[in-house]
Order: sequence, then structure tokens, then C-alpha cells
Amino acid sequence: MDLKTIIETLDLTLLTDERDFSDIHIDSAYMSDLLSCVMTGAKPHGVWVTLIANINIVAVASLLEISAIIITEDAQPNLETIERANREEIVLLSTKESSYHVSGHLWYLGIKD
Amino acid sequence: MSNQGALSDSSAERITRVEELAYELTIAEVMTKNPVTLTINMSMRDALDLIGKYKISGAPVAKDGKLIGILSTEDLIRSLRDGRIDRKVTEYMTHKVITVREHDQVVEALKMFAKTKVGRLPVVDENNKLIGILTKGDISNGVLTALQRDLEAEELIRYRASHLFEDIVSDRTSLILRYTIKKDDFLHGGAASNRIKKALLRLGASNQTARKCGIAVYEAEMNLIIHTNNGGFLRVEVEEGKIIMEAYDDGPGIPDINKAMTPGWSTATSEVRNKGFGAGMGLVNINNCVDEMIIKSSTESGTNLFMIMYLDKHPNGNEHGSKNHH
Repeated sequence: MDLKTIIETLDLTLLTDERDFSDIHIDSAYMSDLLSCVMTGAKPHGVWVTLIANINIVAVASLLEISAIIITEDAQPNLETIERANREEIVLLSTKESSYHVSGHLWYLGIKD
Repeated sequence: MSNQGALSDSSAERITRVEELAYELTIAEVMTKNPVTLTINMSMRDALDLIGKYKISGAPVAKDGKLIGILSTEDLIRSLRDGRIDRKVTEYMTHKVITVREHDQVVEALKMFAKTKVGRLPVVDENNKLIGILTKGDISNGVLTALQRDLEAEELIRYRASHLFEDIVSDRTSLILRYTIKKDDFLHGGAASNRIKKALLRLGASNQTARKCGIAVYEAEMNLIIHTNNGGFLRVEVEEGKIIMEAYDDGPGIPDINKAMTPGWSTATSEVRNKGFGAGMGLVNINNCVDEMIIKSSTESGTNLFMIMYLDKHPNGNEHGSKNHH
């Protein structure tokens, strides 16, 4: 599944710079708001669903080579976090929906890993 | 590729390597040297022959090596339409030529292409002597070559670093990396771990090993940021077959290590928990990532955490090794 389809289907708001998302292939996802759990659970090149919006999510995603973070419940990262994500080439997306609903959508799209 | 002139400080931080290259590369480095050039006594028919022969869509016109005009396919079409193909190129060429200078950066040419919509830009030196021609294709090729050079340079660094232990002969060679971690510095949390992971990759560690070490060191780094009195230090020693990672601080110490090793047990404040920490999984994660973990802690002298990762083969022949905590 490419990230472009995910962004369009889930109607996600792009917070980082625009780029060609059809090139970014996603086949796994992880949902947690505890960074240590993400450390063990998230796979490389997947998406991470969380309602944490502070700068630490970028460090974790960069270390784990997570491609995109979907920030839920309309939580807003600050400008510094967005700039850091741009530098680390991590896509930040946001939505009003809950982590539960986003995960449900991703499962429905066929991301079951 | 950016064709904007001025960059603000905040956007300057975000520029990509390709944009950087537009500022680093000079026009002389990417242009086509010794371009097909027309001279003043050539006819439009001569120009047509040359342009057809070299499969180009235009050419500069020079007199004694100095640029005096440029001829495009449109000019040829005009002369054909007029039935005046035997006239001189100087009659049909564009006299006012937009040029770029050889020592200017590629970004200047990009700005010019964006501003003028011309297909090619003659390159001249300070005496208006024609020395090359530049198309957008030349720029793409130049940038791709430079990117390839970057890649080869990184490979060379990796090659050199990964052969460090073979190239330098001693009874025991090791490389030590040290990082100072400040208390409550959430802003830079993970920076040291990321650097360590990158260094390990350059030293020839597999992705899997570098990732596991990265996770273990990240947890240790965050522990120093969150739980210490005065921050602490990370020290990574790499030697042949073994990576020893160490985190140490001067307090407050862990009163009950067994409790600290219990999944889900945490002393993190609610403020820290709101940042996503305090899952009570830090030491558990470290223990799962590395081959050996040793914690020494006292309320008097602080905490020393050792994490050891064996490369290739464990001395006991057991790939994962035994996990100890004292």
C-alpha cells in the first residue's frame, strides 16, 4: 500500500513538506503512545499511529526508520517538531479521528502487519 | 530543485541535498564544454547542416571566440519560410544573448531558466569568450553525477571505517565514542543514539545490530535525561567482535534493581508520561536488545549500566548469549 492512498483514503492532513508519496510503500503499522513500546513493536518503513505530538516522536521514528507518523485526535506538533521531521525525512500527518479509528481504517486497507 | 533566490533561515535548514548541490556546483562543472559553434560567415544552410548533424536545437554564434549571438531552430524555420536559407546566420540570430558566467553557481542558471524560458544558456568568461553551453539536461546530469560521488564517498568512509580493525594492528584495538547527556534535555533526546547508530553502520555493523544497539542506547539516553540528578554520559567502545555501551550518572541511583526490571514499573512523573515516556519498559527493552546487560547502582555513587553486544559470533558459540543483571 502506498502512502498516497493512505493519506487520501483517511483524509489525513499533511504537516511536513509535500513530496511524492506514491513512492513510499507501507506494509506495516503500529499504534502506541508509549515510546518504549514503539521501540520494540514498530517495524522499519511502517506507519506509527499515536496521539503524542511532541518532538520525541521524531527521534524515535528516525531511530526506527519509521516512514510516517499519524498524529490522532487533532493533537498539534509545534513548528520545531515539524522542521525536525522534515530534516529527518519523516512524514507527519494529522487527523481528528482517534487512534482506534485510524488503526481500523489501516486494517481495512489491508495493512495487517 | 529550488529556483528561488533567497532562503530564509528556517527553510535553509530543510533544504535537500539536491538543492544544496545547486549552490555548491558551479556552472563550469556541469556545462557542455566546446559546444558546436557557428561563425559569422556561415549561412543558414550551414547552420541547418550542423544542427542536423549534431542533433541539437540551437547553437551560439561566435566571432574570434567571442559570443555575439545565438541561433535557434525557430530562426531556421523563419529563414526557410522566407526562402532565404542562403543568408548569413548573423541576419537571423538573436543578438542580445542571455548568458551565464562559468564561476557562478548552478542555482543562478536555474533562476535564469525560470525567468526567461530559454532552452540553453551560453557560458562565457569575464571577456565574453564563449566557453560552454548549458541546458537543463546538463544540470540534471551534473547533479546526478555529484549525488553518485556523494554515495561513493559514503561507501569509501564505510569501507575505511569497517576495515579499521584489520588495518590497524595492535594487541587490542578499540574505538571509543563519548556523549554528554543533559538532564531534562528532551529537545535533543535521541540525538546521541542516532549518532551512535550511524557510527556503528559505518563501522560495518549489520542493520539489525545497529538498530538493536540504537534502541538500547536510546532507552539509556532517555533514562539519563529523565531520571538523573545531573544528566550523565554515554560511552560506546567498539572493538573487533564486540560493542560495549555504557551509560553512567552520579545519582540518584536505583534503590531496587529487580523492581526497575519489572515490565511496566516506572517512577516517571505524570509530566514525563505525557511526553510518551515512563512505560516502565526501558530496562526491559535494553535487556531484550543486547546480549548482556549489567546494572550497578547505589544511592551514593549513582548508576552504571553496561550493555554488551557481540558481533558475528558469541564467545560461547551462542548467538544471543546469556543475559545477566547484577
